[in-house]
Amino acid sequence: MNKRIKKILQQNEVYILIIIFALSLLIQFRSGQFYTPNNIVDILSAMVVPGMFAVGAFLVLLSGGIDVSFPALASLSAYAITKSLLDAEYSGNILVPILLAIVIGIILGSINGFFVGYLKLPALIVTLGTSSVFKGFMQGTLKSKQLAVIPSGMKKFGTSALATAENAKSGLTSVLPVAFLVLILVLIITFFVLRYTMFGRGIYAIGGNESAAYNAGFKVKRTKFLLYVFAGVIASVAGVIRVCMMQQAHPTNMLGMEMNIIAGVVLGGTSMVGGKGTLTGCMLGTLLIVLVENSLILIGVPVVWKKVFVGLLIVIGTAMSAYQVKRADKQRVKLTVDKEVA
Amino acid sequence: MKKTSFLKDKHVKRLVIIMVLWAVFMAITRFSKFYTVINFQTMFAQFPEFGLMSLGVMVCMITSGIDLSVVGVANTTAIASALLMRSIGGDTGTMAVFWIPILFLFAILIGTVAGALNGFLITTFDIPPILVTLGMGELFTGIGIVLTNGAAISDFPKDYAYVVNSRFAGIPVQFIIFALVAIVLAIILTKTTYGKKIMMIGTSQKAARFSGLKVNYLLIKTYIISGICAALGGMIMLANYNSARADYGTNYTLQSILIVVLGGVSPAGGRGKISGVILATILVRVLETGINRFPQISSYYISLIWGAVLLFVMVLDYFSENNIKLLKRK
Amino acid sequence: MEDYVLRAVEIEKHFSGVRALDKVTLEIKRGEIHCLAGENGCGKSTLIKVISGVYQKDGGIVEYDGESVEKLTPIDAIKRGIQVIYQDFSIFPNLTVMENLAINSELVENRKFVNWKHVREIAQQAIAKIGFKVDLDAQLGNLSVADKQMVAICRALMFNAKLIIMDEPTTALTKREVKALFKVIMELKAQGIAILFVSHKLDEVFEIADRFTIFRSGKLIATGNTEDLDDKKFSFYMTGREFDNAVFKPTNVTKDNIIQVKNLSLDGFYKNINFAVKGGEIIGITGLLDSGRTELALSLFGLKPSTSGEILIEGKETVIDSPQAAINSGIGFVPEDRLSEGLFLERSIGDNIVISEIDKLTKKGFVDKEKYEREIQRWVSELTIATPNADNAASTLSGGNQQRIVLAKWLACEPKVLILNGPTVGVDIGSKHDIHSILQKLANAGMAVIIISDDLPEVMQNCSKVVVLRDGQVAGELDTNDIQERQIIDIMM
Repeated sequence: MNKRIKKILQQNEVYILIIIFALSLLIQFRSGQFYTPNNIVDILSAMVVPGMFAVGAFLVLLSGGIDVSFPALASLSAYAITKSLLDAEYSGNILVPILLAIVIGIILGSINGFFVGYLKLPALIVTLGTSSVFKGFMQGTLKSKQLAVIPSGMKKFGTSALATAENAKSGLTSVLPVAFLVLILVLIITFFVLRYTMFGRGIYAIGGNESAAYNAGFKVKRTKFLLYVFAGVIASVAGVIRVCMMQQAHPTNMLGMEMNIIAGVVLGGTSMVGGKGTLTGCMLGTLLIVLVENSLILIGVPVVWKKVFVGLLIVIGTAMSAYQVKRADKQRVKLTVDKEVA
Repeated sequence: MKKTSFLKDKHVKRLVIIMVLWAVFMAITRFSKFYTVINFQTMFAQFPEFGLMSLGVMVCMITSGIDLSVVGVANTTAIASALLMRSIGGDTGTMAVFWIPILFLFAILIGTVAGALNGFLITTFDIPPILVTLGMGELFTGIGIVLTNGAAISDFPKDYAYVVNSRFAGIPVQFIIFALVAIVLAIILTKTTYGKKIMMIGTSQKAARFSGLKVNYLLIKTYIISGICAALGGMIMLANYNSARADYGTNYTLQSILIVVLGGVSPAGGRGKISGVILATILVRVLETGINRFPQISSYYISLIWGAVLLFVMVLDYFSENNIKLLKRK
Repeated sequence: MEDYVLRAVEIEKHFSGVRALDKVTLEIKRGEIHCLAGENGCGKSTLIKVISGVYQKDGGIVEYDGESVEKLTPIDAIKRGIQVIYQDFSIFPNLTVMENLAINSELVENRKFVNWKHVREIAQQAIAKIGFKVDLDAQLGNLSVADKQMVAICRALMFNAKLIIMDEPTTALTKREVKALFKVIMELKAQGIAILFVSHKLDEVFEIADRFTIFRSGKLIATGNTEDLDDKKFSFYMTGREFDNAVFKPTNVTKDNIIQVKNLSLDGFYKNINFAVKGGEIIGITGLLDSGRTELALSLFGLKPSTSGEILIEGKETVIDSPQAAINSGIGFVPEDRLSEGLFLERSIGDNIVISEIDKLTKKGFVDKEKYEREIQRWVSELTIATPNADNAASTLSGGNQQRIVLAKWLACEPKVLILNGPTVGVDIGSKHDIHSILQKLANAGMAVIIISDDLPEVMQNCSKVVVLRDGQVAGELDTNDIQERQIIDIMM
């Protein structure tokens, strides 16, 4: 009985895994290009930035909130850092940019955290507002332009390879950047925070029942505030990493990513009302979105169809998981009743 | 009711005050450049495109939902209409005037289908509206890209843009369309039982179900209204740009939510007035045009100002609302 | 000198000028079971929040173990051995039982990190204290209400609690579960823990409490030993009014059935239900919480349509597959959970009253303002809803008046059959009495009334007939004139 419930709960991850696997087989079957070393490496490196964004979005959703400001936050932070380091003719390594990213992430994240945590304003509207402010600040005050050159340290970090994979057939090589380790690091830290700190348990508790969390003695306002700060730091670092990986700072091309990232997290089983979701599911959902966005071309789907497929994936995927929840609820009621009758 | 209508009035009042202050400021600093007939005609020809979308988002938000698909629907409608015109008139050909109302009916049809799909998915599967409409928005944008190969279409008869871009007694046709829709919607929201019912649904969907309201039917209807508003917004974009493309007006999604919240509609549902939303729409346009009259200020500041105004209004609401709550509590 | 765990003397609390607590005093001795009673809005919840540090008092003295404390936070209160079990139990449905049990003590110990082994140990100790058996790894949301409450109690016991405050702990429990709860409470008492038991159910107070305190509109009315209390005094202290509890005698029963249910079944919930109600009759349907009574109610109103069987309205077979169908065939339904199902709390009283009949208040497709207002005024005065203005939000009213709004909503639809699921749950004695007389008046006007309730005195007093459900089946149909409450309970179990 208990095992059965557990199974139902795990289903979302399992489902996504099956879909990912089926999709990969389809791509492999049609093109022979999926299970090649360079394709795997390409997908992994395509996961770095969306993966980090997804972790931030996931944490916020877990607390029952939502953050749509992370692309603007990341863009602003990444642009400001790249520009000021260029102006200062900085030639050191990646550490300074990352430290700066953390500091800026704390500052910008605390703006969200203040409004959502301490003033209890609705997270969607607050982050829409701050998103607009961040963007305006970047484009207006900082007069952002595309920067074709980035500081050498960042460039070096972006290009240095953790592993290189070659496709024996096509001779194409792909590089897994060291930046991938940052994603891994973020995942490890987040896992640790969620599982082994009271702050992390507080996020789950607040997402499950906010007033109960308060009654139990959680400092709800502070936890929320810190949560948005943490999410801000992750987004900010992701922004800098993206600039490193792309070898240029394009101020606006991250904007608009928020919704697909959130959709990926929700596909992975994270509840929009908070309290439920796992890091694994979050990564799998993101992987699915990344796959659809990057690999459809391998099975001969023209690029112009990309959005159609992403849209269908979101609609069908969320419909399926919503349906699952509905059915699981029904079954649970039935099971307990059956037990009583018997 | 008295208390809430007072609150709503406060929203409207606040917007009016901001508007008047801005008008005075513009009068002092840039009178000759701002207060021209042509400037106002331009503004009133422009804002209907996102104004219509905002009206759609408004009705959804009243039911405590949201519609993120408006821009996708608008662009797809514009593209489909452009393609239809092209097949009617040929590449550079012309098109008889009687086709124009038919085009609008065609747009309304697309909007209805899009909205019905949104509403159907939201009600049958219990998916959060934010996700459904996000996915549908992507899907529609995607269809638009497929239809156009990602490029802009502009080789269709010019008659349509000519008619919609003209003025009737000095009033831009775009604005007339917007005004008609706004009036119809205002009547629907304030005078019919539907308006009352969606306010109730927005307050508590569960209680609405237990009161015997046809919640699913009403929600589908709501998303259809939003779809139609979006499609009409797309038709105005088509006229204003004289071309159609899948990624026009991408920032309108956020902008329309901004306008709706500025206009005093509660994101939690159950509260909102069309007059507030219309005022907020005009305010956004007037602010932007006004700022554009200062060449030394980057137009990019507008987004910063909107965001700041939105946050400011929310903080104001927070304080006034908390007072009211404290009074109510025993 | 007496040994008091808690003394709250002459406590005052205001909310924006409104006096919620007017110099009230509550004293609890070590190891006693003390009942705090009073109608809704009398200030008992406010006092609990003051005691437990959620609110700050505006005046008076609070002493814990003889030590006066000025400023208190929830954590301080917990450290001083005060535990509150709120009505919603303050639990986390998305976490496991184990975490729910341990989370408070970890917060009190001000831990920053989680040691899962430690968590499991704490949880095991917690359930061992009262011998509660549960799967620690189960998700709490999947437990029954009673088990959730046990988790909340176990959790409360962990900090050498000296005083456990239970806010209406029996509301969502079945009779059997209440018995089990009382056993646990007695055990706690034996361990020297004081219990503050908030309730307005008379029989419970008599059964379990040593002493009582009663508030009315923010003032202390009476306090003393339970032995000195009786029915009459209790209701008088609570309401300031006196009632007669005469049994309802129907006077205007029609010859034919208005509603008849034949072999009604809903897979997994109830099976082969048969009963009939004539106009002018009030019948009761009772059973334990899981007997299928709630589902049966939902089916009769089309919210959970039955899977087989027939419903006959005035002899005609009627398909009821949606609330609209139910309303159209003349069925009105007062739901179980007034706050979430029955009312639109933030909307005006008027809107709440007319929402279900709004389609009738139109002229040429538009809402007829005049008719609308007239209808609202009519029901406000007919059901004597106590409000200065029908434009005020429904949330501004007391439980009894709120229930009247829900009644008004249905009466406005002129139903032939009125089904009420737990019509007086959470309603104070005064309003309960009023609601009963409204129902009796409706019956005498020819309506068929069905009360679904596990409040047996209520059933005995109002219904001429009672259908007892057990495990989804009719276990008996009894004439209330011939039987005692005891017999119903025997059939229910």
